[in-house]
Amino acid sequence: MKLPPFDYACPTTLPEAVQLLAARDGDAKAIAGGQSLVPMLAFRLAQPTLLVDLRKLADLRGIKISEKGVTLGAMVRWRDIEDDERLDTAHPLLKAAIAHVAHYQVRNRGTVGGSLAHADPAAEMPGIALTCDAKIAVVGKSGAHVIQAADFFQGALTTALTPDEIIVEIRLPPWPVGRRWGFEEFARRRGDFAMAAAAVFYDQDENGKARNAHVGVIGVADRPLRLPAVEGVLNGRAIDAAIIAKAEAAASAAVDPQDDIHASAAYRRALVGTLVERALKRAAA
Amino acid sequence: MSVRFRVNGQEVEVEVEPRLTLADCLRHHLRLTGTHVGCEHGVCGACTVIVDGAAVRSCLMLAVQAEGSEVLTVEGLSNDADLSPLQKSFRKHHALQCGFCTPGMITTAHALLSEEPHCDAARVREVLSGNLCRCTGYISIVEAVLDARAAYQPKASASDRSGDRA
Repeated sequence: MKLPPFDYACPTTLPEAVQLLAARDGDAKAIAGGQSLVPMLAFRLAQPTLLVDLRKLADLRGIKISEKGVTLGAMVRWRDIEDDERLDTAHPLLKAAIAHVAHYQVRNRGTVGGSLAHADPAAEMPGIALTCDAKIAVVGKSGAHVIQAADFFQGALTTALTPDEIIVEIRLPPWPVGRRWGFEEFARRRGDFAMAAAAVFYDQDENGKARNAHVGVIGVADRPLRLPAVEGVLNGRAIDAAIIAKAEAAASAAVDPQDDIHASAAYRRALVGTLVERALKRAAA
Repeated sequence: MSVRFRVNGQEVEVEVEPRLTLADCLRHHLRLTGTHVGCEHGVCGACTVIVDGAAVRSCLMLAVQAEGSEVLTVEGLSNDADLSPLQKSFRKHHALQCGFCTPGMITTAHALLSEEPHCDAARVREVLSGNLCRCTGYISIVEAVLDARAAYQPKASASDRSGDRA
């Protein structure tokens, strides 16, 4: 399980990093924490000719919280999110989801930007980015631009990034006080990739009815999914047992998972319904 | 490429290919074979070392990424004469059989206890969930780590955490 040969560069500025990636015309890869990329290299599923290490780039490690929302630098580690107590109130859904990522040692190295760029269909961060309408700020040879999460994830391990582009930060909208939310994940062992997970949130109008419902799931397709059919069941209604049961059924009907070595399609379909149900029960409690 | 970093308190400089993992660098270039390689793809934890205070999978780090860092391996947790408190506790609780996972268990536990000396059994289990053991069934390992907490409590002097006798 030894890695294939590659060149290595450790630039100190973002323009330098972009230039290094661009010059190899698609054969270079950025490396952040390496917790997803290095196993790919070990399995020889990826054979870049150059790794561009992002670790010396300043300004990518901050967590900024303001009335504009929560902004995570691309090199923010799972560990940093876990340690930041402000996020308990500033973005409890993010905190809850990230608590499921991998294991202690991986959490000390793995990064937000790395997870988004890697785009594993069962990864939590892409699911949160999509569910929360995140904006992903990116820099490449044609300059800086922002990609909506809804446009970012294009397939298994496939994103809208071009080979010269580096994620610099992810911007999550502000999280209002009083928002209802739930996150439920199932994995056979703690820290395994999710077999499926559901992230839900909604706000309430003055009559206690749900509005602005967002329901996202991971692990059931080649990318994270929003479930507008389920959101439609919730919006305008009080979230009681009957509505939750309807939402569970709508969630199972809305997904079309494949059979794989971990679970059958039927199992995943049922699992998604159950996880949405549990997440809604938590939200409504 | 030339890489310079500190290992167990000593400055080292090695000449390596970029693709060499930190695990292989420690084992082959520095002859520190206490760090074990089990899976070489980041799931078993046998290769755990502590880099700049954080437990990491050394099979998922390139040696070139350790430039300027402080690396602590299992060899650095005790001096030659005495076992560290964690090592003594592992011995007392029969927390190893073949010993293959043991360096990773001990470095991970050392990192945990250094940061969270009051951790409970649930937290120990959570943190060690990234380290696989085929022999022991884990119970003795958890008990050994819990029993070693006493040596990491703030009122203990720093030297108690290594094998040094005061």
